[in-house]
Amino acid sequence: MPVKATVIIDTELCKGCELCVMACPVKGLQLSDRFNLKGYRVVELYTENCTGCVNCALVCPDAAIAVYREKKPQKAQTA
Amino acid sequence: MEQFLINPECLVYDNHIETLSSTPFHYCPGCGHGVAHKVLMEVIHELGIQEDTIGVAPVGCSVFAYHYMNVDMQEAAHGRACAVATGIKRVLPEKYVFSYQGDGDLAAIGTAETVHAINRGENILIMFINNAIYGMTGGQMAPTTMPGQKTSTSPYGRDVLSMGNPLKITEMIAQLPGAYYVTRQSVHTPKAVRVLKKAILKAFQYQKEKKGTCFIEVVSNCPSGWKMTPVDTISYIENEMFKFFPPGDIKVPDAKPLVTVTAEQEN
Repeated sequence: MPVKATVIIDTELCKGCELCVMACPVKGLQLSDRFNLKGYRVVELYTENCTGCVNCALVCPDAAIAVYREKKPQKAQTA
Repeated sequence: MEQFLINPECLVYDNHIETLSSTPFHYCPGCGHGVAHKVLMEVIHELGIQEDTIGVAPVGCSVFAYHYMNVDMQEAAHGRACAVATGIKRVLPEKYVFSYQGDGDLAAIGTAETVHAINRGENILIMFINNAIYGMTGGQMAPTTMPGQKTSTSPYGRDVLSMGNPLKITEMIAQLPGAYYVTRQSVHTPKAVRVLKKAILKAFQYQKEKKGTCFIEVVSNCPSGWKMTPVDTISYIENEMFKFFPPGDIKVPDAKPLVTVTAEQEN
């Protein structure tokens, strides 16, 4: 079962530099057609396959990305 | 998206840590300063030393660092951040003191202060952001500008014969006995950012142990000054800047110095 994860992008902080697009290993981030209040085109998540690897958040120069990842299930108790 | 994921338990990367203020960065899109600020503040947050840290802001693009870093900050005159940090550290020796400087600040106007502060072995951390250009004033040639790089004051490219070579200040100060930990990292890939974070963590630990000056050069980018898209600056860093500024540790504790000149070799 793949890991369930997602990113929350604060679009008002995003400046559309596309560094996260480059860093994403599953190519799930893309520039959208939306603009934020500053007039920058913002990045959005376009995939269900986000692995929560944190790469995009690490290279984001504007601290716009938060990453959420499902916790690993507790190992079943073996008798 | 899955709503059940959005809860504090599943948060693996928080972009609103308390050491970063809520002011949005004013930097150009793709600027490496933001990453460097963020990583430095993450380390301070993880070590839990927000109350015990004093930073010194430079003059340059990062002149407003005190707006973004939610720790005690002091602005220094152009190039004098190391001197100000020396004073703060001597008055308050139990505090963690860092200076955050760019290449125009540290490697050009502030060379003397930097060299002497490190030579005295002041127990501070110096963050040196090297983006090979004067960003704030409009992309003029800096001491660290690459040979052949076009800037607004070297429109035909930096000519090494008349304008000299880029200044390798990190290698230079690694020779000084006061320098304890000297390293060069970068912010262009996620892996590089992770390594940088470990280096800063190490530097704060050495400062706690009162070992001497820690110096971290961060090879960064300047999309506006270099007249490139942020994505293109990444390949420029890898292909051009790393030729002259290779990343890696330059002086690590308990290791042989780079150049050992003994009396026998001299004779």
